[in-house]
Parts: sequence; structure tokens; C-alpha cells
Amino acid sequence: METLTHLLSGFAVAGTPTNLLIALAGCFLGTVIGLLPGLGPINGVAILLPIAFAMKLPPESALILLAAVYAGCEYGGRISAILINVPGDAGAVMTTLDGFPMAKKGLAGPALSISAVASFTGSLVATIGIVAFAPALANWAMAFGPAEYFALMVLALSCLGGLVGDSLPKALIACLLGLALACVGIDSNSGVYRYTFDLLHLSDGIPFIVVVIGLFAVSELLLMLESHHADTQAASLSGRLLFNLQEFMLARWTIVRSAVAGFFIGVLPGAGASIASAMTYATERRLAGKDHTFGAGDVRGVAAPEAANNASAYGSLIPMLTLGVPGSGTTAVMIGALTLYNITPGPSLFQDQPIIVWSLIASLFIANIMLLAMNIPLIRLFVKFLDIPNWLLVPGIAAVSLVGVYAVHGTAFDLVLGCLLGGFGYLLRVMNFPMAPLILGFVLGDMMEQNLRRALSISGGELDILYASPLTIGLWLAAAAMLIGPRLLRLVERRRAVALVSA
Amino acid sequence: MKITNTLTAMAAILCFGAAQAAPGKPECIAPAKPGGGFDLTCKLVQSGLSDGNYLSAPMRVTYMPGGIGAVAYNTVIAQRPDEGGTIVAFSGGSLLNLAIGKFGKYTAKDVRWLAAVGADYGAIIVRADAPYQTLKDLIEATRSDPTQVVFGAGGSVGSQDWMKSALVAREAGVNYKQMRYVAFEGGGEAITALLGGHVHAYSGDASEVGPYLKSGKVRVLAVLAPERLPGELAAIPTATEQGYPVEWAIIRGYYLGPKVTDDDYKWWVTTFDKMLNSPEFAKLRGERGLFPFALTGDKLTDYIDQNVKRYADLSREFGLVGQ
Repeated sequence: METLTHLLSGFAVAGTPTNLLIALAGCFLGTVIGLLPGLGPINGVAILLPIAFAMKLPPESALILLAAVYAGCEYGGRISAILINVPGDAGAVMTTLDGFPMAKKGLAGPALSISAVASFTGSLVATIGIVAFAPALANWAMAFGPAEYFALMVLALSCLGGLVGDSLPKALIACLLGLALACVGIDSNSGVYRYTFDLLHLSDGIPFIVVVIGLFAVSELLLMLESHHADTQAASLSGRLLFNLQEFMLARWTIVRSAVAGFFIGVLPGAGASIASAMTYATERRLAGKDHTFGAGDVRGVAAPEAANNASAYGSLIPMLTLGVPGSGTTAVMIGALTLYNITPGPSLFQDQPIIVWSLIASLFIANIMLLAMNIPLIRLFVKFLDIPNWLLVPGIAAVSLVGVYAVHGTAFDLVLGCLLGGFGYLLRVMNFPMAPLILGFVLGDMMEQNLRRALSISGGELDILYASPLTIGLWLAAAAMLIGPRLLRLVERRRAVALVSA
Repeated sequence: MKITNTLTAMAAILCFGAAQAAPGKPECIAPAKPGGGFDLTCKLVQSGLSDGNYLSAPMRVTYMPGGIGAVAYNTVIAQRPDEGGTIVAFSGGSLLNLAIGKFGKYTAKDVRWLAAVGADYGAIIVRADAPYQTLKDLIEATRSDPTQVVFGAGGSVGSQDWMKSALVAREAGVNYKQMRYVAFEGGGEAITALLGGHVHAYSGDASEVGPYLKSGKVRVLAVLAPERLPGELAAIPTATEQGYPVEWAIIRGYYLGPKVTDDDYKWWVTTFDKMLNSPEFAKLRGERGLFPFALTGDKLTDYIDQNVKRYADLSREFGLVGQ
């Protein structure tokens, strides 16, 4: 009851004309930033934060702006993933797998609209989740220590089987390359510089954005240049912009399941949109059984990651608001925003600054509705990106991507590194290596290593800490199920088929 | 004659102007991504300078992340050594890395140290329901069985956070190699691990414990400051008071490039001296969770020389650099 009163007062603040206008601007900017490859929510929030502060916006308005941009980015990321096979942000990596094939089949419209609905549902579920669970979930998230995190990462990697393209060895090699790239930089356990070749620019490792832009955008551009025809691009848009009933019925439970799962994954500090979308994609692919076209343009393959990445993006606000711990890179920047306004995010935030917390939550509801309205009627505008000819698109993407790379550290070194990685990525793609396992290996590798070593520092090197708590045991069992389950099922099915034949 | 006079007057104005005017294009480089302590340090001087009208043009804040300031340090020395308007934020962590040699070939003598404007102090924190009531309890427990007390903090082995743990363990007669220490990324993660019971003691910073202390979730056993801290931490005894002489200050300040002119350097030092004495700045500093600490110009340079030396000695003792 008290929650409801707070929420209403939050709506009163978020619903003032100024704040509505701010939310609208944030949604629009966010979608555009998310859609531009290379510019993700982190850059968007980081770029707008100083602007909001300079405009002397009150703290709640600034947070509404940043939250709207964050939400908009999660919507926008899917557009470039679907239309040009370049994820607009990390959470949209999985969306490329089925989104781009759908676009090539001429189903860009349905892919975009179903993913908009998935994003909406994911956000809505997660926002309701924040309202319902925020205080309680904070305690739950704290049960996750290093050992639990390590087991969670193993679970996430064991889901990789679900994203394998044609060849398991190639996926594993790609994953290992990602893990290797993650080793570069200061070892945050011992403080030793690894693989930096005395280059101070590598001391913090290879920035995520450089890897993403290099491997996805630059290599994509090289592939585009190589092809003499325009057929690396999506085929032209069919008349249908909206998904049909059949597609909706196919995807509806996928959306709901992925939204709920994405939310819970987002709540875990550190486990963000990329893990959520990868896990839900893999799960849905498993659940679909034999009767699916995952990887070749299945609506569920677009709906699952999009519902999950929005839900987890919103879910990551919970540890930020309740513990002051960022659940994602973007919320880390938002914590910086709160600090600027002399507000310490943490356990006492809900008591000390209820207006700020609840107007933020209310603005999430409002932004979400705005974004749905923007993203279905405006799709036609975004689909126009397909009409841009290569000679304009390639330099355009190159410019925007490299601006994104440059924006992070402001050094030319990153540009060179991004281009080198782009050449490397191009070679890998020519040899048909899948890129998604590589990027997941890169993201998870670092966290996995840190948490394993933290767990072992706690236990003094004893391995039994890794399966000491019920939570870890549960996670290990889930990982085992993800690995063995599908094979077991296949075996059972084959037996049954044999039995049927012989009978 | 008249023309000469006018010219002389103009020249005089120009010279006078040059001696008094603020250096052009004021910029503060935060050597990290937006949102961290370096950003905070730059934003503090940005507000301080604009609120006191010390600058005619607003100060820009730019970001140059990498190696806790290493990239910015090298860039400023090698590529932008003479930009009179560019100040760079540094912290105690930068000094430590400088002492260990993680800043590359340059030393503390290669920049012009401008001002330290505030400090944070180490604090030893345990969960509210932990069996340790005083720092003595924690140290005795560590002494009797080093494997039973797991320290955690937001920095790697060799970082300031680790140093604080290692110094406490040293008081217990426990070697830094036997100490159980878990490195987290940032204080937020570490304090979550403490609250979740995954580590037993957190060697964090005094400025970050306020909200947790207020909600009754943690107990601060000691602050690693020369004397008790003001405000909500006034009731917390220092480590020295409890018989363990462990002090750890994390200062925050700024430096300029090595080839900045003496005039520009003097202008900055005078301006900072004025600003640091104003009550408005004290308020801004307090709002950002920093404790009073003010040193400028030569005094700061001496302080830094001493501390870099102290850090280098500690690092040798703890085996962080080759003997």
C-alpha cells in the first residue's frame, strides 16, 4: 500500500510537462543512439550526463532523461542488428542471429515490430518487478558471492551450445579467442599488467566497445566492400510492417518467459543484457524442439533476446538503487550521475530520497509507452536505412562507429586497435567463424576469471568453495542440464524413433 | 609622442593582463571514464572555480582513462607539456602506481604538482553482526588464524586498498603472503561481498561508509586517519588510538604539464590558495564526501616526494617491486 502511494507521488513528478518533454526527448535520442552501431547506452548516458548537468536540470529530471535514453537505446539496438547485422549495443548481439536472416527474407517489418513488442513487454515486466521486489531482491542478490558468480558464468557459457552455427569446433575456437582478448590489461587480482607489450593504452585491457566495433562493424564494412552486388544487405522491405497473428502466437510465451528471466538476470550485479539475451536465446532454441528455424530467421529468435535485454537493463537498476552497485556499465555511469547530485545510491536511498527513486520508476513506465508508440509507427522511418546505398552507408557507419570508439577513451590508439581487430574479424568471418561466441567469451571471460580467483582467494586455494552453497549447486546442475539435456533428449527421441520403426 | 604613450600604455596593459589573466582554455583531464573518483575531483574544481568566479571561461572536463592515470600522465608529459590551462586530476592511487613504476618511464619529478584539495581516509569495516567489536578483536583473530579472516577491498594486490589490509595484517604479525585477500573491482562490489558475508573485513574508505553505517548494516572498527574524522564518523576511533599505528590518506588533487610557464603555474597556485580558503569551497568539498586537506605548490611537491618514497619503501617490503 505504501509502495502504491510512493508510486503515485512518483507519477506526479514524472508527469509534469517538463519531465514528460524530457522523457520524450530522451526516448528519441536513446533510440537513435542505440540504433547507431558503436554508440550504445553507455556512450549515450555518458554523453548526455554532462549536458544534463550543464543545463542545471534538477536531479530527478536528469535521472529521467538518462533512464529514458537507456530505455531508448535498448529499443534502438535491435534496429541496426536486424537491418544491417551490426548490433547497436552489446545486448543486441543475439538479435542479429535471427533478425538479419528475417530482414534478408523480406521480413524486416515483422522482425522490428515483434521485437518492439518484446522490448515493451520486457521493460514492462521488469518495471513491475522493480516496484514489487526492489527491497527484497537486494538481499537476494547479496547471496551471490564470487563462487556463485563463477558458477553463473559457467552456466552462461554452457548455453553457448545453443548459439553454435554450423561447427562446434569453430564456435569453441571463437569463444577461446574471446577469452584470450579478455586477458589483456591489468590483472585486477594481482595488479600485474598482462599482454600489454608496455603499451600504457592497453593497461586497462581492450575496451569492450573497440572489440564490438572492430569485430562487428569494421569487419562488416570490409565484407560490404568486398561484395560487388548489394546482396550482403537485407533484401528490400516487403509490404508487411506488422507481425501477423501467427507470428505473435508463436512468440508470445517466448516473450513472457524471456522477459521474466531477463529481469532476474539483470538484477544480479554484473550479469547484464548480453548474458540475459544469450541465455534466453539458447533456452528458447532448446524449448522449440525440432520444429524451428532458429538461426535462419525465427521470430522467437528475435523476440527472446529483445525481451530479455530490455528486462535485464531495467533489472540492473535494482542493485543500483538498492545497493549502489551497478548492474551494468550504463548503471555505473548513472551512479556517477547520482553522485554528481550529491545523492549516494545505496541501502538508504529508498528512505532518504523517495521522490527521486519513485519518479525514476514512474518515468520508466511513461518512457516505455512512448517508446512503443515511437517504435511501431516510426519503423518505416528506420527501415529507410536499407535504402541508403553502400557508398553512403559504409563511410557513414565507419564514421559513426569510429566516433563511438573515439568517444570512450579519446585516443587515436583505440581507432587503430579497432581497425586491426576489424581486419582480424574479417578474416574470421571469411572463414565462417561465428562472432557471438567470441564476444561472449570476451565479456564473460574476464568476469569468470576474476570470480574464480576471488573465490579461491577466500578459500585459500581449496576448490570445494565452488560447490559449497546450495546456490552454487543449483547453478552447476543447471549448467549440466544445459550441456547434457539436449543430447539426452535427442538420444531418447532416437530410441523412441527406433522403437517405433521396429514395432 | 602621443602614439608612443598610447603604445606604452597598451603594452603595459598587455603585460599586466598576461600576468593576471587566467590561462586560456581551462580544462580538467579526469584520467578515467566518467563517473569515478577522478571525474568527481574534476567536477569539484569545475564547480569551485565557477562559483567563485575565478575563471572567465567555464572549465571543460575531459576523460582520458587508462592505468589509474598512467595514460594521462604520459600523454601530458610527452604530448601536451606546455598547456597552461590544462590541469589533470590525480589521487593517492596515482602516486602509489607512480612509486611502483607502473606509470612507465616517468617519475614524480616530471610534472608540476599544483594542489591537493581534499582527502579520504582508510577505514576498516566489518558487518554489523560480526564478532569483532574493536580493531584489536580483528587483529587478534587474524593473528590466531590468518585463514579465518578474509579481507576484501576494491583494488588488486599492490593497490591502496590492498595496502590497507596488508598493514592491518602486519600489525597482527601476519605476513602479506599468508593474509587472505580478495580483490574486487571497486568499493561497491567489495561492500556487497562484505554484506553478503563472503568476506569478513573490508579495508575501504571513510567517505563511502556513511549510508551503510546509518542503516546499521556495518560496524567501522577504525579509521586510518591521524585524528578522528568530523561528522557522522566522529565516534569512530582511529587505529593509532587503539594502539595500532596504521594511517592511510588518499589525497585528491591536480597537476600541470612540466613545461607550463612559471606565470601560469603561479596563477593556478594563487587561485587555488584563495579557493581552498573560502567557506563555499569547504561546502562543495564536504558535499562530495572529502575531508579537509589542502596543500599547494612547493608544499604539495614536498609531500608528494615524501609519500612516493614511502610507497616505494612499502612496495619493496611487500615484495611488489624487485629488490
